[in-house]
Amino acid sequence: MSLLGVENVTKRFGGLLAVDHVSFSVPEGAVFGLIGPNGAGKTTVFNLITGNYELDSGSVSFAGANITGKPTHRIVAMGIARTFQTIRLFSDMSVLENVLAGRHCRMRSGPVSAMLRLKWQRKEEREAIGKALAELRFVGLAAQAENPARNLSYGNQRLLEIARALASDPRLIILDEPAGGMNELETAALVNLIGRIRDRGITVLLIEHDMSLVMKACEQLVVLEYGKKIAEDEPDAVKQDPLVIEAYLGSGDEDF
Amino acid sequence: MKPDADNIRKGAYAAVAVLWILAPLYLDKYWTDVLNNVAIYAALGLSLNIILGYGGMFHMGHAAFFAIGAYTTAIVNTAWGVPVLWLMPFAGIAAGVFAVAVARPIIHLRGDYLLIVTIGMVEIVRIALVNNVFGITGGANGIFGISSPSIFGRQINGVVAPGHYFYLLTVFLGATIILFSLLEHSRFGRALKFTCSDEVAATGSGINAAGYKLAAFVIGAVWAGMTGTLYAAKIGFISPESFSFWESVIMFMIVILGGSGSIPGVLLGAILIIGLPELFQGLQQYRLLIFGIVLVVMMIFRPQGILPPAPRKYPVDKLEKQEVSL
Repeated sequence: MSLLGVENVTKRFGGLLAVDHVSFSVPEGAVFGLIGPNGAGKTTVFNLITGNYELDSGSVSFAGANITGKPTHRIVAMGIARTFQTIRLFSDMSVLENVLAGRHCRMRSGPVSAMLRLKWQRKEEREAIGKALAELRFVGLAAQAENPARNLSYGNQRLLEIARALASDPRLIILDEPAGGMNELETAALVNLIGRIRDRGITVLLIEHDMSLVMKACEQLVVLEYGKKIAEDEPDAVKQDPLVIEAYLGSGDEDF
Repeated sequence: MKPDADNIRKGAYAAVAVLWILAPLYLDKYWTDVLNNVAIYAALGLSLNIILGYGGMFHMGHAAFFAIGAYTTAIVNTAWGVPVLWLMPFAGIAAGVFAVAVARPIIHLRGDYLLIVTIGMVEIVRIALVNNVFGITGGANGIFGISSPSIFGRQINGVVAPGHYFYLLTVFLGATIILFSLLEHSRFGRALKFTCSDEVAATGSGINAAGYKLAAFVIGAVWAGMTGTLYAAKIGFISPESFSFWESVIMFMIVILGGSGSIPGVLLGAILIIGLPELFQGLQQYRLLIFGIVLVVMMIFRPQGILPPAPRKYPVDKLEKQEVSL
Protein backbone atom coordinates (compact mmCIF):
# COMPACT_ATOMS: atom_id res chain seq x y z
CA MET A 1 0.00 0.00 0.00
CA SER A 2 1.27 3.46 -0.79
CA LEU A 3 1.94 5.60 2.27
CA LEU A 4 3.18 8.73 0.55
CA GLY A 5 1.96 9.83 -2.85
CA VAL A 6 3.70 12.60 -4.77
CA GLU A 7 1.65 13.59 -7.80
CA ASN A 8 2.90 15.85 -10.62
CA VAL A 9 4.71 18.10 -8.18
CA THR A 10 6.18 21.27 -9.69
CA LYS A 11 8.16 24.10 -8.13
CA ARG A 12 9.59 27.19 -9.80
CA PHE A 13 12.10 29.59 -8.31
CA GLY A 14 11.80 32.61 -10.58
CA GLY A 15 12.90 31.35 -13.98
CA LEU A 16 14.36 28.11 -12.64
CA LEU A 17 12.20 25.04 -12.84
CA ALA A 18 13.55 23.27 -9.76
CA VAL A 19 11.08 20.38 -9.74
CA ASP A 20 9.23 19.50 -12.90
CA HIS A 21 6.13 17.29 -12.72
CA VAL A 22 7.66 14.68 -10.45
CA SER A 23 5.48 11.77 -9.36
CA PHE A 24 6.31 8.75 -7.25
CA SER A 25 4.74 6.81 -4.46
CA VAL A 26 6.40 5.33 -1.42
CA PRO A 27 4.99 2.00 -0.26
CA GLU A 28 4.46 1.50 3.47
CA GLY A 29 7.34 -0.24 5.20
CA ALA A 30 9.91 0.44 2.47
CA VAL A 31 13.29 2.10 2.46
CA PHE A 32 12.87 4.37 -0.51
CA GLY A 33 15.69 6.39 -2.04
CA LEU A 34 15.60 9.67 -3.88
CA ILE A 35 18.89 10.23 -5.65
CA GLY A 36 20.38 12.48 -8.27
CA PRO A 37 23.38 14.68 -8.93
CA ASN A 38 23.89 17.93 -7.05
CA GLY A 39 21.19 20.47 -7.78
CA ALA A 40 18.80 17.88 -9.17
CA GLY A 41 16.01 19.10 -6.89
CA LYS A 42 16.04 16.35 -4.28
CA THR A 43 15.94 18.60 -1.25
CA THR A 44 13.33 20.78 -2.94
CA VAL A 45 11.10 17.71 -3.27
CA PHE A 46 11.60 17.09 0.45
CA ASN A 47 10.71 20.63 1.31
CA LEU A 48 7.57 20.35 -0.82
CA ILE A 49 6.50 17.18 0.98
CA THR A 50 7.09 18.65 4.44
CA GLY A 51 5.35 21.92 3.67
CA ASN A 52 8.45 24.11 3.89
CA TYR A 53 7.81 25.32 0.35
CA GLU A 54 4.51 25.93 -1.38
CA LEU A 55 3.75 23.84 -4.45
CA ASP A 56 3.20 25.56 -7.79
CA SER A 57 1.15 22.62 -8.95
CA GLY A 58 0.55 18.99 -8.14
CA SER A 59 -0.38 17.38 -4.85
CA VAL A 60 1.03 15.36 -1.98
CA SER A 61 -0.97 12.77 -0.12
CA PHE A 62 -0.06 10.90 3.02
CA ALA A 63 -1.86 7.85 4.42
CA GLY A 64 -4.86 8.60 2.26
CA ALA A 65 -5.15 12.27 3.21
CA ASN A 66 -4.27 15.23 1.03
CA ILE A 67 -1.55 17.19 2.80
CA THR A 68 -0.86 19.74 0.05
CA GLY A 69 -0.45 23.21 1.56
CA LYS A 70 -0.72 22.08 5.15
CA PRO A 71 1.61 23.84 7.62
CA THR A 72 4.78 21.94 8.50
CA HIS A 73 3.99 21.36 12.17
CA ARG A 74 0.65 19.76 11.20
CA ILE A 75 2.37 17.48 8.73
CA VAL A 76 4.79 16.37 11.46
CA ALA A 77 1.87 15.66 13.76
CA MET A 78 0.28 13.55 11.00
CA GLY A 79 3.36 11.33 11.01
CA ILE A 80 6.07 12.69 8.70
CA ALA A 81 9.31 13.52 10.48
CA ARG A 82 12.44 14.84 8.82
CA THR A 83 16.10 15.62 9.30
CA PHE A 84 17.94 18.49 7.66
CA GLN A 85 20.70 18.38 5.09
CA THR A 86 22.53 21.20 6.84
CA ILE A 87 22.33 20.09 10.45
CA ARG A 88 19.81 22.16 12.38
CA LEU A 89 20.05 21.34 16.05
CA PHE A 90 19.24 23.55 19.01
CA SER A 91 22.94 23.76 19.65
CA ASP A 92 22.93 25.50 23.03
CA MET A 93 20.45 23.06 24.49
CA SER A 94 21.20 19.58 25.79
CA VAL A 95 21.08 16.47 23.62
CA LEU A 96 18.06 15.30 25.60
CA GLU A 97 16.20 18.59 25.13
CA ASN A 98 16.79 18.36 21.40
CA VAL A 99 15.02 15.01 21.33
CA LEU A 100 12.19 16.43 23.47
CA ALA A 101 11.55 18.91 20.65
CA GLY A 102 10.53 15.97 18.48
CA ARG A 103 8.27 14.69 21.24
CA HIS A 104 6.46 18.02 21.44
CA CYS A 105 3.67 17.18 19.00
CA ARG A 106 2.72 14.06 20.96
CA MET A 107 2.30 16.02 24.18
CA ARG A 108 -0.56 18.35 25.01
CA SER A 109 0.17 20.38 28.14
CA GLY A 110 -0.01 24.13 27.67
CA PRO A 111 0.99 27.16 29.75
CA VAL A 112 -1.93 26.88 32.19
CA SER A 113 -1.46 23.21 33.05
CA ALA A 114 2.27 23.88 33.48
CA MET A 115 1.67 26.76 35.89
CA LEU A 116 -0.83 24.68 37.85
CA ARG A 117 1.58 21.74 37.83
CA LEU A 118 -1.25 19.29 37.22
CA LYS A 119 -0.63 15.63 37.88
CA TRP A 120 -1.13 14.52 34.28
CA GLN A 121 1.19 17.27 33.11
CA ARG A 122 4.02 15.95 35.29
CA LYS A 123 3.32 12.39 34.19
CA GLU A 124 3.39 13.45 30.55
CA GLU A 125 6.70 15.24 31.13
CA ARG A 126 8.25 12.15 32.77
CA GLU A 127 7.04 9.90 29.98
CA ALA A 128 8.42 12.28 27.35
CA ILE A 129 11.86 12.24 28.99
CA GLY A 130 11.72 8.44 29.21
CA LYS A 131 10.81 8.20 25.54
CA ALA A 132 13.54 10.68 24.56
CA LEU A 133 16.14 8.65 26.46
CA ALA A 134 14.92 5.51 24.76
CA GLU A 135 15.37 7.12 21.34
CA LEU A 136 18.87 8.23 22.34
CA ARG A 137 19.69 4.65 23.30
CA PHE A 138 18.27 3.53 19.95
CA VAL A 139 20.70 5.72 17.99
CA GLY A 140 23.51 5.16 20.52
CA LEU A 141 23.75 8.59 22.11
CA ALA A 142 22.32 7.87 25.57
CA ALA A 143 25.63 8.58 27.31
CA GLN A 144 25.63 12.11 25.89
CA ALA A 145 22.09 12.98 27.03
CA GLU A 146 23.09 15.87 29.26
CA ASN A 147 25.81 17.38 27.09
CA PRO A 148 25.08 20.42 24.97
CA ALA A 149 24.27 19.40 21.40
CA ARG A 150 27.04 21.58 19.97
CA ASN A 151 29.69 19.41 21.68
CA LEU A 152 28.75 16.34 19.64
CA SER A 153 30.85 15.24 16.70
CA TYR A 154 29.46 15.87 13.23
CA GLY A 155 28.34 12.27 12.74
CA ASN A 156 26.70 12.20 16.16
CA GLN A 157 24.85 15.42 15.40
CA ARG A 158 23.33 13.64 12.41
CA LEU A 159 22.29 10.77 14.70
CA LEU A 160 20.79 13.26 17.13
CA GLU A 161 18.67 14.71 14.33
CA ILE A 162 17.43 11.20 13.58
CA ALA A 163 16.59 10.63 17.26
CA ARG A 164 14.72 13.92 17.36
CA ALA A 165 12.70 12.91 14.29
CA LEU A 166 11.98 9.45 15.70
CA ALA A 167 10.72 10.92 18.97
CA SER A 168 7.61 12.15 17.17
CA ASP A 169 6.53 8.54 16.48
CA PRO A 170 6.50 9.08 12.72
CA ARG A 171 5.06 6.66 10.17
CA LEU A 172 7.44 8.09 7.58
CA ILE A 173 10.89 9.50 8.29
CA ILE A 174 12.64 11.58 5.65
CA LEU A 175 16.42 11.60 5.95
CA ASP A 176 18.13 14.35 3.96
CA GLU A 177 21.70 13.24 3.17
CA PRO A 178 22.24 11.57 6.55
CA ALA A 179 25.69 10.33 5.56
CA GLY A 180 27.00 13.79 4.75
CA GLY A 181 30.23 14.34 6.67
CA MET A 182 30.34 10.79 8.01
CA ASN A 183 33.37 8.50 7.70
CA GLU A 184 33.08 4.95 6.33
CA LEU A 185 32.62 3.38 9.74
CA GLU A 186 29.86 5.78 10.64
CA THR A 187 28.18 5.25 7.28
CA ALA A 188 28.16 1.48 7.81
CA ALA A 189 26.54 2.02 11.21
CA LEU A 190 24.02 4.32 9.55
CA VAL A 191 23.00 1.60 7.07
CA ASN A 192 22.41 -0.65 10.05
CA LEU A 193 20.41 2.06 11.84
CA ILE A 194 18.21 2.64 8.79
CA GLY A 195 17.46 -1.09 8.73
CA ARG A 196 16.49 -0.99 12.41
CA ILE A 197 14.23 2.00 11.81
CA ARG A 198 12.46 0.07 9.07
CA ASP A 199 12.17 -2.93 11.41
CA ARG A 200 10.20 -0.71 13.78
CA GLY A 201 7.63 -0.38 11.01
CA ILE A 202 8.66 3.13 10.02
CA THR A 203 8.87 3.86 6.31
CA VAL A 204 12.13 5.58 5.33
CA LEU A 205 12.57 8.07 2.50
CA LEU A 206 16.25 8.71 1.94
CA ILE A 207 17.90 11.50 -0.02
CA GLU A 208 21.49 10.83 -0.67
CA HIS A 209 24.24 11.11 -3.16
CA ASP A 210 26.54 8.61 -1.48
CA MET A 211 25.74 5.82 -3.98
CA SER A 212 27.21 3.01 -1.89
CA LEU A 213 24.88 3.87 1.00
CA VAL A 214 21.86 4.10 -1.28
CA MET A 215 22.63 0.78 -2.96
CA LYS A 216 22.96 -0.96 0.39
CA ALA A 217 20.05 0.61 2.22
CA CYS A 218 17.28 1.14 -0.33
CA GLU A 219 14.78 -1.22 -1.86
CA GLN A 220 13.47 1.19 -4.46
CA LEU A 221 14.99 4.30 -6.03
CA VAL A 222 13.80 7.38 -7.85
CA VAL A 223 16.44 9.28 -9.81
CA LEU A 224 16.10 13.00 -10.46
CA GLU A 225 18.04 15.17 -12.87
CA TYR A 226 17.37 18.86 -13.51
CA GLY A 227 14.13 18.53 -11.54
CA LYS A 228 12.80 15.69 -13.70
CA LYS A 229 12.38 12.05 -12.81
CA ILE A 230 14.61 10.05 -15.15
CA ALA A 231 14.33 6.58 -13.60
CA GLU A 232 12.51 4.58 -10.96
CA ASP A 233 13.49 1.02 -10.17
CA GLU A 234 15.35 -1.31 -7.84
CA PRO A 235 18.94 -0.30 -7.08
CA ASP A 236 20.57 -2.95 -9.27
CA ALA A 237 18.45 -2.01 -12.28
CA VAL A 238 19.04 1.72 -11.71
CA LYS A 239 22.78 1.11 -11.71
CA GLN A 240 22.53 -0.28 -15.26
CA ASP A 241 20.24 2.43 -16.57
CA PRO A 242 22.08 4.39 -19.30
CA LEU A 243 20.19 7.61 -18.49
CA VAL A 244 21.32 7.41 -14.87
CA ILE A 245 24.90 6.64 -15.80
CA GLU A 246 24.90 9.62 -18.11
CA ALA A 247 23.45 11.88 -15.44
CA TYR A 248 26.11 10.89 -12.94
CA LEU A 249 29.15 10.49 -15.18
CA GLY A 250 28.27 12.60 -18.21
CA SER A 251 27.86 11.07 -21.69
CA GLY A 252 30.89 9.56 -23.39
CA ASP A 253 30.82 11.56 -26.58
CA GLU A 254 31.48 15.05 -25.26
CA ASP A 255 34.23 16.97 -26.98
CA PHE A 256 36.95 18.43 -24.86
CA MET B 1 27.47 17.04 50.86
CA LYS B 2 30.18 18.95 49.16
CA PRO B 3 29.38 22.59 48.51
CA ASP B 4 29.25 22.57 44.73
CA ALA B 5 28.29 25.57 42.61
CA ASP B 6 24.66 24.53 42.59
CA ASN B 7 24.34 24.54 46.35
CA ILE B 8 26.17 27.84 46.68
CA ARG B 9 23.76 29.37 44.21
CA LYS B 10 20.72 28.01 46.04
CA GLY B 11 22.10 29.28 49.34
CA ALA B 12 22.66 32.74 47.89
CA TYR B 13 19.10 32.86 46.53
CA ALA B 14 17.70 31.85 49.93
CA ALA B 15 19.76 34.53 51.68
CA VAL B 16 18.56 37.22 49.26
CA ALA B 17 14.95 36.06 49.72
CA VAL B 18 15.23 36.34 53.52
CA LEU B 19 16.89 39.76 53.29
CA TRP B 20 14.14 40.86 50.93
CA ILE B 21 11.25 39.67 53.11
CA LEU B 22 12.67 41.30 56.23
CA ALA B 23 13.52 44.55 54.42
CA PRO B 24 10.71 46.75 55.85
CA LEU B 25 12.01 45.94 59.35
CA TYR B 26 15.41 47.52 58.76
CA LEU B 27 14.68 50.02 56.00
CA ASP B 28 12.92 53.37 56.32
CA LYS B 29 9.84 54.36 54.33
CA TYR B 30 11.82 55.88 51.51
CA TRP B 31 13.94 52.80 50.91
CA THR B 32 10.96 50.49 51.31
CA ASP B 33 9.29 52.45 48.54
CA VAL B 34 12.41 52.01 46.40
CA LEU B 35 12.06 48.24 46.91
CA ASN B 36 8.38 48.53 45.93
CA ASN B 37 9.49 50.01 42.64
CA VAL B 38 12.09 47.27 42.27
CA ALA B 39 9.33 44.68 42.80
CA ILE B 40 7.09 46.26 40.17
CA TYR B 41 9.88 46.41 37.63
CA ALA B 42 10.98 42.88 38.52
CA ALA B 43 7.47 41.63 37.71
CA LEU B 44 7.51 43.64 34.47
CA GLY B 45 10.96 42.31 33.63
CA LEU B 46 9.83 38.72 34.24
CA SER B 47 6.81 39.23 31.99
CA LEU B 48 9.00 40.71 29.26
CA ASN B 49 11.45 37.84 29.76
CA ILE B 50 8.83 35.42 28.40
CA ILE B 51 8.75 37.38 25.15
CA LEU B 52 12.35 38.54 24.92
CA GLY B 53 14.21 35.92 26.94
CA TYR B 54 12.52 32.64 26.04
CA GLY B 55 10.91 33.72 22.78
CA GLY B 56 13.86 35.77 21.55
CA MET B 57 11.58 38.50 20.19
CA PHE B 58 13.00 42.01 20.39
CA HIS B 59 10.01 43.69 21.95
CA MET B 60 10.67 47.24 23.08
CA GLY B 61 7.10 48.31 23.64
CA HIS B 62 6.30 46.49 26.85
CA ALA B 63 5.26 49.71 28.60
CA ALA B 64 2.19 49.76 26.33
CA PHE B 65 0.79 46.61 27.96
CA PHE B 66 1.71 47.97 31.40
CA ALA B 67 -0.14 51.21 30.53
CA ILE B 68 -3.26 49.43 29.36
CA GLY B 69 -3.44 47.44 32.59
CA ALA B 70 -2.90 50.54 34.73
CA TYR B 71 -5.42 52.66 32.80
CA THR B 72 -8.06 49.93 32.77
CA THR B 73 -7.74 49.74 36.54
CA ALA B 74 -7.77 53.50 37.00
CA ILE B 75 -10.74 54.17 34.70
CA VAL B 76 -12.99 51.42 36.03
CA ASN B 77 -12.08 52.10 39.65
CA THR B 78 -12.63 55.86 39.52
CA ALA B 79 -15.82 55.60 37.47
CA TRP B 80 -17.63 52.76 39.26
CA GLY B 81 -15.67 52.23 42.44
CA VAL B 82 -14.86 48.59 41.72
CA PRO B 83 -12.19 47.45 44.23
CA VAL B 84 -8.80 47.58 42.52
CA LEU B 85 -7.69 44.04 43.32
CA TRP B 86 -10.80 42.70 41.61
CA LEU B 87 -9.73 44.62 38.55
CA MET B 88 -6.41 42.82 38.28
CA PRO B 89 -7.70 40.01 36.06
CA PHE B 90 -9.56 42.53 33.89
CA ALA B 91 -6.47 44.67 33.52
CA GLY B 92 -4.59 41.54 32.45
CA ILE B 93 -7.27 40.53 29.97
CA ALA B 94 -7.44 44.05 28.49
CA ALA B 95 -3.68 44.04 27.92
CA GLY B 96 -3.85 40.49 26.56
CA VAL B 97 -6.59 41.34 24.06
CA PHE B 98 -4.62 44.38 22.94
CA ALA B 99 -1.53 42.16 22.55
CA VAL B 100 -3.40 39.71 20.30
CA ALA B 101 -4.67 42.53 18.11
CA VAL B 102 -1.28 44.19 17.80
CA ALA B 103 1.02 41.16 17.73
CA ARG B 104 -0.85 39.00 15.23
CA PRO B 105 0.16 40.96 12.16
CA ILE B 106 3.74 41.61 13.33
CA ILE B 107 4.65 38.31 14.96
CA HIS B 108 6.48 36.99 11.90
CA LEU B 109 8.82 39.99 11.84
CA ARG B 110 12.38 39.28 12.82
CA GLY B 111 14.78 40.98 15.20
CA ASP B 112 15.29 44.61 14.37
CA TYR B 113 12.08 44.93 12.34
CA LEU B 114 9.97 43.78 15.27
CA LEU B 115 11.91 46.18 17.48
CA ILE B 116 10.96 49.16 15.35
CA VAL B 117 7.30 48.19 15.15
CA THR B 118 7.03 47.72 18.91
CA ILE B 119 8.66 51.12 19.50
CA GLY B 120 5.96 52.55 17.27
CA MET B 121 3.31 50.70 19.26
CA VAL B 122 4.36 52.08 22.64
CA GLU B 123 4.55 55.62 21.23
CA ILE B 124 1.06 55.34 19.73
CA VAL B 125 -0.33 54.20 23.07
CA ARG B 126 1.37 57.05 24.93
CA ILE B 127 0.19 59.66 22.42
CA ALA B 128 -3.33 58.25 22.56
CA LEU B 129 -3.28 58.61 26.35
CA VAL B 130 -1.95 62.18 26.17
CA ASN B 131 -4.68 63.10 23.70
CA ASN B 132 -7.38 61.76 25.99
CA VAL B 133 -8.82 59.12 23.64
CA PHE B 134 -12.56 58.54 24.11
CA GLY B 135 -12.38 61.26 26.78
CA ILE B 136 -11.58 58.71 29.49
CA THR B 137 -7.81 58.81 30.01
CA GLY B 138 -7.58 62.30 31.49
CA GLY B 139 -5.09 63.50 28.88
CA ALA B 140 -1.65 64.65 29.95
CA ASN B 141 -2.81 65.13 33.55
CA GLY B 142 -3.64 61.48 33.92
CA ILE B 143 -6.09 60.04 36.42
CA PHE B 144 -6.23 60.90 40.15
CA GLY B 145 -7.95 59.29 43.06
CA ILE B 146 -7.49 55.62 42.36
CA SER B 147 -8.35 53.80 45.56
CA SER B 148 -5.89 51.68 47.52
CA PRO B 149 -6.23 47.93 47.50
CA SER B 150 -8.03 46.46 50.48
CA ILE B 151 -7.66 42.95 51.80
CA PHE B 152 -10.30 41.73 54.29
CA GLY B 153 -11.52 45.30 54.66
CA ARG B 154 -8.06 46.63 55.48
CA GLN B 155 -6.70 49.40 53.29
CA ILE B 156 -3.17 48.94 52.05
CA ASN B 157 -1.98 52.39 51.18
CA GLY B 158 1.22 52.52 49.15
CA VAL B 159 1.98 56.13 50.14
CA VAL B 160 1.19 56.08 53.87
CA ALA B 161 2.35 52.52 54.56
CA PRO B 162 4.84 51.38 51.93
CA GLY B 163 5.78 48.51 54.26
CA HIS B 164 2.31 47.01 53.88
CA TYR B 165 2.29 47.56 50.15
CA PHE B 166 5.70 45.92 50.06
CA TYR B 167 4.18 42.63 51.24
CA LEU B 168 1.34 42.84 48.74
CA LEU B 169 3.90 43.29 45.96
CA THR B 170 6.14 40.58 47.38
CA VAL B 171 3.29 38.05 47.32
CA PHE B 172 2.57 38.98 43.69
CA LEU B 173 6.25 38.84 42.74
CA GLY B 174 6.73 35.53 44.57
CA ALA B 175 3.77 34.02 42.76
CA THR B 176 5.13 35.34 39.47
CA ILE B 177 8.53 33.77 40.11
CA ILE B 178 7.04 30.38 40.97
CA LEU B 179 4.57 30.32 38.09
CA PHE B 180 7.09 31.50 35.52
CA SER B 181 9.74 29.02 36.58
CA LEU B 182 7.15 26.25 36.19
CA LEU B 183 6.36 27.69 32.80
CA GLU B 184 10.02 27.86 31.83
CA HIS B 185 10.53 24.20 32.65
CA SER B 186 7.48 22.94 30.79
CA ARG B 187 6.61 21.91 27.27
CA PHE B 188 5.53 25.49 26.65
CA GLY B 189 8.80 27.05 27.82
CA ARG B 190 10.84 24.54 25.86
CA ALA B 191 8.81 25.16 22.70
CA LEU B 192 9.57 28.88 22.99
CA LYS B 193 13.27 28.22 23.48
CA PHE B 194 13.35 25.89 20.47
CA THR B 195 11.63 28.54 18.39
CA CYS B 196 14.09 31.17 19.58
CA SER B 197 17.06 28.90 18.88
CA ASP B 198 16.09 27.86 15.32
CA GLU B 199 12.60 28.52 14.03
CA VAL B 200 12.95 26.28 10.96
CA ALA B 201 14.17 23.34 13.02
CA ALA B 202 11.42 23.92 15.59
CA THR B 203 8.71 23.92 12.93
CA GLY B 204 10.31 20.89 11.29
CA SER B 205 10.17 19.11 14.65
CA GLY B 206 6.44 19.70 14.88
CA ILE B 207 6.25 22.94 16.84
CA ASN B 208 3.79 25.64 15.81
CA ALA B 209 6.39 28.40 16.08
CA ALA B 210 4.11 31.31 15.17
CA GLY B 211 1.46 30.13 17.60
CA TYR B 212 3.93 29.90 20.47
CA LYS B 213 5.38 33.32 19.74
CA LEU B 214 1.91 34.82 19.84
CA ALA B 215 1.11 32.96 23.07
CA ALA B 216 4.32 34.31 24.63
CA PHE B 217 3.33 37.84 23.67
CA VAL B 218 -0.10 37.40 25.22
CA ILE B 219 1.14 35.88 28.48
CA GLY B 220 3.76 38.61 28.81
CA ALA B 221 1.12 41.26 28.12
CA VAL B 222 -1.40 39.80 30.58
CA TRP B 223 1.22 39.86 33.32
CA ALA B 224 2.34 43.39 32.53
CA GLY B 225 -1.32 44.42 32.61
CA MET B 226 -1.83 42.90 36.05
CA THR B 227 1.34 44.58 37.27
CA GLY B 228 -0.22 47.80 35.96
CA THR B 229 -3.06 47.39 38.47
CA LEU B 230 -0.65 47.24 41.39
CA TYR B 231 1.25 50.22 40.03
CA ALA B 232 -1.87 52.36 39.57
CA ALA B 233 -3.13 51.51 43.04
CA LYS B 234 0.23 52.18 44.72
CA ILE B 235 0.17 55.96 44.63
CA GLY B 236 -3.39 56.41 43.40
CA PHE B 237 -2.34 58.46 40.39
CA ILE B 238 -1.16 57.64 36.88
CA SER B 239 -0.20 59.76 33.90
CA PRO B 240 1.11 59.02 30.39
CA GLU B 241 4.69 59.91 31.27
CA SER B 242 4.94 56.77 33.40
CA PHE B 243 4.51 54.69 30.25
CA SER B 244 6.89 56.33 27.83
CA PHE B 245 9.29 54.66 25.46
CA TRP B 246 12.01 55.14 28.09
CA GLU B 247 10.10 52.85 30.46
CA SER B 248 10.13 50.16 27.77
CA VAL B 249 13.86 50.65 27.37
CA ILE B 250 14.34 50.19 31.11
CA MET B 251 12.40 46.91 31.07
CA PHE B 252 14.42 45.77 28.06
CA MET B 253 17.68 46.60 29.84
CA ILE B 254 16.60 44.77 33.00
CA VAL B 255 16.21 41.57 30.98
CA ILE B 256 19.33 41.95 28.84
CA LEU B 257 21.64 43.17 31.60
CA GLY B 258 20.46 40.63 34.18
CA GLY B 259 20.45 37.65 31.86
CA SER B 260 18.00 37.02 29.07
CA GLY B 261 15.94 33.91 29.74
CA SER B 262 17.03 33.66 33.38
CA ILE B 263 14.61 34.42 36.22
CA PRO B 264 17.35 35.13 38.82
CA GLY B 265 19.08 37.26 36.19
CA VAL B 266 16.00 39.40 35.58
CA LEU B 267 15.48 39.88 39.33
CA LEU B 268 19.09 41.01 39.70
CA GLY B 269 18.65 43.27 36.69
CA ALA B 270 15.66 44.96 38.35
CA ILE B 271 17.61 45.50 41.58
CA LEU B 272 20.57 46.98 39.72
CA ILE B 273 18.68 49.18 37.28
CA ILE B 274 15.92 50.45 39.58
CA GLY B 275 17.59 50.19 42.97
CA LEU B 276 21.22 51.08 42.33
CA PRO B 277 20.71 54.59 40.88
CA GLU B 278 19.05 55.53 44.19
CA LEU B 279 22.33 54.84 45.96
CA PHE B 280 24.05 57.36 43.72
CA GLN B 281 21.58 60.21 44.26
CA GLY B 282 24.53 62.45 45.15
CA LEU B 283 26.00 62.01 41.68
CA GLN B 284 22.73 63.15 40.12
CA GLN B 285 24.01 64.49 36.81
CA TYR B 286 26.61 61.76 36.28
CA ARG B 287 24.23 58.94 37.04
CA LEU B 288 23.17 58.25 33.49
CA LEU B 289 26.73 58.63 32.26
CA ILE B 290 27.97 55.92 34.64
CA PHE B 291 24.95 53.83 33.78
CA GLY B 292 25.71 54.07 30.09
CA ILE B 293 29.36 53.16 30.55
CA VAL B 294 28.42 50.14 32.67
CA LEU B 295 26.02 48.95 29.97
CA VAL B 296 28.62 49.29 27.24
CA VAL B 297 31.24 47.42 29.28
CA MET B 298 28.73 44.70 30.12
CA MET B 299 27.71 44.13 26.53
CA ILE B 300 31.36 43.81 25.51
CA PHE B 301 32.53 41.47 28.25
CA ARG B 302 29.40 39.57 29.22
CA PRO B 303 26.80 39.82 26.45
CA GLN B 304 24.73 36.97 27.88
CA GLY B 305 23.98 39.05 31.01
CA ILE B 306 25.21 38.87 34.60
CA LEU B 307 23.32 35.69 35.52
CA PRO B 308 22.63 33.78 32.29
CA PRO B 309 20.22 30.84 32.48
CA ALA B 310 21.71 27.71 34.02
CA PRO B 311 21.47 24.59 31.85
CA ARG B 312 18.34 22.63 32.61
CA LYS B 313 18.80 19.41 34.58
CA TYR B 314 16.51 16.48 33.89
CA PRO B 315 16.12 13.44 36.15
CA VAL B 316 17.99 11.27 33.66
CA ASP B 317 19.38 8.83 36.24
CA LYS B 318 15.97 8.09 37.68
CA LEU B 319 14.45 7.48 34.29
CA GLU B 320 17.37 5.56 32.83
CA LYS B 321 16.25 2.47 34.73
CA GLN B 322 12.75 2.25 33.38
CA GLU B 323 12.71 0.71 29.94
CA VAL B 324 10.48 2.36 27.39
CA SER B 325 9.33 0.36 24.45
CA LEU B 326 9.70 2.15 21.15
